[in-house]
Amino acid sequence: MLSVEGLEAGYGTARVLFGVSLEVAPGQLMCVMGRNGVGKTTLLNTIMGVLPATAGSVTFDGRDVTRLRPHERVRLGMGYVPQGHETFPQLSVMGNLQVALEAAPHKDGGAVDEALEVFPGLKPLLKRPAGFLSGGQQQQLAMARALVARPRLLILDEPTEGIQPSIIIEIEETIERLHRAGLAMLLVEQYLDLALRLADRFVILDAGHVARSGPARELQGEDVHRLLAV
Amino acid sequence: MGGALNQLPIGLSIGAVLLLIALGLTFTFGQMGVINMAHGEFIMAGAYTAYLLQDVGFPIALPAAFLVAGLMGLALERVAIRHFYGRPLDTLLLTWGVSLVLQQAARDLFGAPNVQVVSPGWLRGSVGVLPYNRLFIMLLAALSVVAIWAYLNRSAPGRRMRAVMQNRGLAATTGIDTGRVDGLTFFIGSGLAGVAGVALTLIGPVGPTLGTYYIVDAFLVVVAGGLGQLKGAVLAAAGLGLLNSYAEFWTNASLAKVIVFVAIIGFLQFRPQGLFVLRSRALT
Repeated sequence: MLSVEGLEAGYGTARVLFGVSLEVAPGQLMCVMGRNGVGKTTLLNTIMGVLPATAGSVTFDGRDVTRLRPHERVRLGMGYVPQGHETFPQLSVMGNLQVALEAAPHKDGGAVDEALEVFPGLKPLLKRPAGFLSGGQQQQLAMARALVARPRLLILDEPTEGIQPSIIIEIEETIERLHRAGLAMLLVEQYLDLALRLADRFVILDAGHVARSGPARELQGEDVHRLLAV
Repeated sequence: MGGALNQLPIGLSIGAVLLLIALGLTFTFGQMGVINMAHGEFIMAGAYTAYLLQDVGFPIALPAAFLVAGLMGLALERVAIRHFYGRPLDTLLLTWGVSLVLQQAARDLFGAPNVQVVSPGWLRGSVGVLPYNRLFIMLLAALSVVAIWAYLNRSAPGRRMRAVMQNRGLAATTGIDTGRVDGLTFFIGSGLAGVAGVALTLIGPVGPTLGTYYIVDAFLVVVAGGLGQLKGAVLAAAGLGLLNSYAEFWTNASLAKVIVFVAIIGFLQFRPQGLFVLRSRALT
């Protein structure tokens, strides 16, 4: 479904990714792990086209998308929930979802209701400006917004970071449910136990390289802990 | 006292023109952060459009001027400005250059002396101290405010525009073609300058430097009203228009400008963020 080959990217002259490769099969949940600053967010941004790739390729559904702009990738079925529970702060919760629907490859208004079924906690908040929600509510909105486009691959950057514990559990359960329903996902996650519970496969990044990769059950041992320890 | 009362419609109509110009700037400056020095020349282009079309009819001139100025703005954004996003100083120089080129182009096309647009008959006359032409300008500005408010808050493209202005990166990864939205934002903002130009033909002659008289005041309206804020722009425009005309009435034109600038500087000392500020938990 998603195939990343020898991807390189960076900011100005500072290179961050040095030839990263990974595959996400249909329906698979792939977890990208690693310490702070190893290039996890840069990798996701480059996969979505927010940052240009300086070398390598990104293929989605057999189509080379390396040079496409972010909104074109969204229209092909890639959904992205960036780090930091981002919203359009002065649009209402409903406005946030509507704007996603209007930009979606399909025009089916039912998608908004579907997304609200996934996050029923948002239903009483539809008229509130998104900027007034709590961090956890904003994260739910961010995920609902991505789901409105009915992506076939959902890319999530640390969805539980800085979120109150009660909502972390909800978000975790939602990810699990979406995964069981057959949605392919690429998830950046700091916490090993969470990754172990959710992921099919994992990739550990270290200094812009893939240090380890494999099925989730291999996510253990001395060297794995060494790569993730802060 | 009758003289002072006469200043009221003058002040309010100048305020209305400033508001029309400032509404355009609300899009390009307030929302996109681009200081477009050529915005004044889009006013001038709108005014000359009305001059060329004065025999065809005034109601045609308004949409025509919107289109002419809008397309000029769109062209400027697509050809030049979009390559300079995030570089305000370069944008400033670039659009200033464009502004000089456009002024010279107007001189070559229409001659250096001012021309006069003959107001349509139905705009001559007055109710009390309120001349029809000035009343019309106020109505035009009021109508534009309502139209823009509805566009931004009630329409899909308006919502898209707000989304891009609030969080550009997120808009792109939500599936919005941000480049297209930028072009449309410039089209509407510049088109409003054209409409302001048509309004100006009702109260004075048209010349190649018409826009430069108003552009600084319009920027002041946007800043004093609070960036990208509709109600702030309305209040600031009315205030500035009235202050200007009364200061001119009681002193003289140059001293009036000094008074206005001092008042604005003083105001921004106390409220550097303008009359209205956006408040939000997530706003950085």
